[in-house]
Amino acid sequence: MTVSASSRALAGTRRDPKAVPAKPVVSKSARRRKRNNSLLGVLAWFCGLVFFAPIAWMVFVSFHKEVHAAVSPPDLTAPLTIEQYANVIERNIAPYTINSLIAAGFSTVLVIVLAVPAAYATAVKPIRAVKGTLTWVLSTKFLPLIAALLPLYLVFKELGLLDNIWGLVIFYTGMNLPVAIWMMHSFLSEIPPDVMAAAEVDGAGLPTILARIVLPLALPGIAATGLIAFIFAWNEFMFALSLTGTKASTAPVYLVSFITSEGLFIAQLSAASLVVSIPVVIAGWVAQDRLVQGLSLGAVK
Amino acid sequence: MAKSKVSEGVDTRSGLKAAAWRRRLPLMPALIFLVVVTQIPFVVTIVISLFHWVVMYPNDTRFDWFANYVAVLRDPYLRAAILNTAVMVVVGVLAALVIGTFLALLLNRTFFGRGFVRTLLITPFLIMPMAASLMWKHLIYNAEYGLINGVLKWMGNTFGFDAPQPEWVSGSPKVAVILVLVWTWTPFMMLITLAGLQAQDPEVKEAAMIDGANAFQQFRFLTFKHLRQYLELSTVLGVIYLLNAYDQVFSITQGGPGTATTNLPYQIYVTIFRGYDYGRGAAAGVLVVIVSIIISNFGLKLISSLNDVIPAGGRKK
Repeated sequence: MTVSASSRALAGTRRDPKAVPAKPVVSKSARRRKRNNSLLGVLAWFCGLVFFAPIAWMVFVSFHKEVHAAVSPPDLTAPLTIEQYANVIERNIAPYTINSLIAAGFSTVLVIVLAVPAAYATAVKPIRAVKGTLTWVLSTKFLPLIAALLPLYLVFKELGLLDNIWGLVIFYTGMNLPVAIWMMHSFLSEIPPDVMAAAEVDGAGLPTILARIVLPLALPGIAATGLIAFIFAWNEFMFALSLTGTKASTAPVYLVSFITSEGLFIAQLSAASLVVSIPVVIAGWVAQDRLVQGLSLGAVK
Repeated sequence: MAKSKVSEGVDTRSGLKAAAWRRRLPLMPALIFLVVVTQIPFVVTIVISLFHWVVMYPNDTRFDWFANYVAVLRDPYLRAAILNTAVMVVVGVLAALVIGTFLALLLNRTFFGRGFVRTLLITPFLIMPMAASLMWKHLIYNAEYGLINGVLKWMGNTFGFDAPQPEWVSGSPKVAVILVLVWTWTPFMMLITLAGLQAQDPEVKEAAMIDGANAFQQFRFLTFKHLRQYLELSTVLGVIYLLNAYDQVFSITQGGPGTATTNLPYQIYVTIFRGYDYGRGAAAGVLVVIVSIIISNFGLKLISSLNDVIPAGGRKK
């Protein structure tokens, strides 16, 4: 059974084989099965709510004054306010968010620009050592990033790329490139070779083929790849912390700056956390199927 | 197969070579980028790991063979970090895998609001890890005003008992960190397993049912067998990601109390940027790389077989 049989798998239209035998009289066991089914549905709802509860609580806290948020037991009747969101904006969240947008956005574009031609050379018009090349590409993904931190830090220091947002763009591109090449490879493998051959007979050059044929056919794959690259770059913290100082800091670094030992800050922290998480959360919600494709390195389609 | 001949119809040797290069050309920018950003740094790390190099004592920088490796293996902090990393990865991945599979099985059926429940369940994975970690520390675990103790107190007040108010983070730091890791990565495991479940051919199950297999037998002999490769895939990816877990340790416990929760990424970071011992930090990094290579050797085989991707490329050669 091939994995790719699962296309449209998550659309939620799985046929239930149990529902097939339609007997005129509802038997006892069928009734029991139906009850079990709805019980399992309730259990699923319960689990979903448990997993979401901490986030719901954060949303709740973010709409309160600090003094009302930091009480035990929780005061569910305290007045709501949006002042924390105003505070967050006042506390200069904008530059950090813009840095995050630049780092994640440009690195995503760069990843796609590099990965699509690369995958063309492995999937569409394959080079001879496809297997070795792909394995090597993926092996770089398995190397822990922490081992690259010191040399990159030293080199960036030499090149004046410390506290420079373009330094992060370069690093995030490298960080996401292996996954992107694999994903694009698995998507481009599905383009029928005849389409390519026809284009070549017509005398189209590589840029034309890429732009006119590969790109439109691979658009869903590119969307999945871009989503994953963006999420990982947006959420990355360790390198953002080590390679930036004041100018180029990104959103997760901004969050850390909220932590002080004095005074109450949890309502404001909640508001800030939600603001910086929202772009990725919404993107992930909207493109859930693409998310699965990306997370499994293209193995699940 | 035939299409490679369509291209130019070259028969000379140099022509073939040129054609081979033309094929490689689109791959080159990406490969060069990868080598420069990910490979060269690792080589540099290996070189640095052989030097005695502490930034505070610049005059004492010298080639020192494997002294750093010996120091790493003797360093109580790094030794604790190795052990903690193993515990976090093994417990974290297993827990996330078991819960994730359970949730996937729950979601792999039709019920009211299924899409919505799935959306709820994947959100922990999408929230920025730093935001999630700070949320757990200050909004959930906090002993004075955290949600857990708040609910305990509320129950105490309602039912008239003296509710305990434990210090979650300092009391059971490992559990506190691992719980957040599991909460974050369970949705990931769930998504991959769910995709695996839905790739299962319903007709096979139907046939088994007609043959009289009960639900348990169906699961044991069909579903589980089919799921196995997906479970292996999520395990390998989970290990790789949890091996790199940093945000949670950094924000929830700072590796403490003592060395209770320090893991390798965090301890290496501290060695380099707080201890300024570049040589030792690099040596510890190399050790992590070696462990990762061992795991990834297994993972690479698995992913290639699952992906069905490499045969596809090879077929067209």
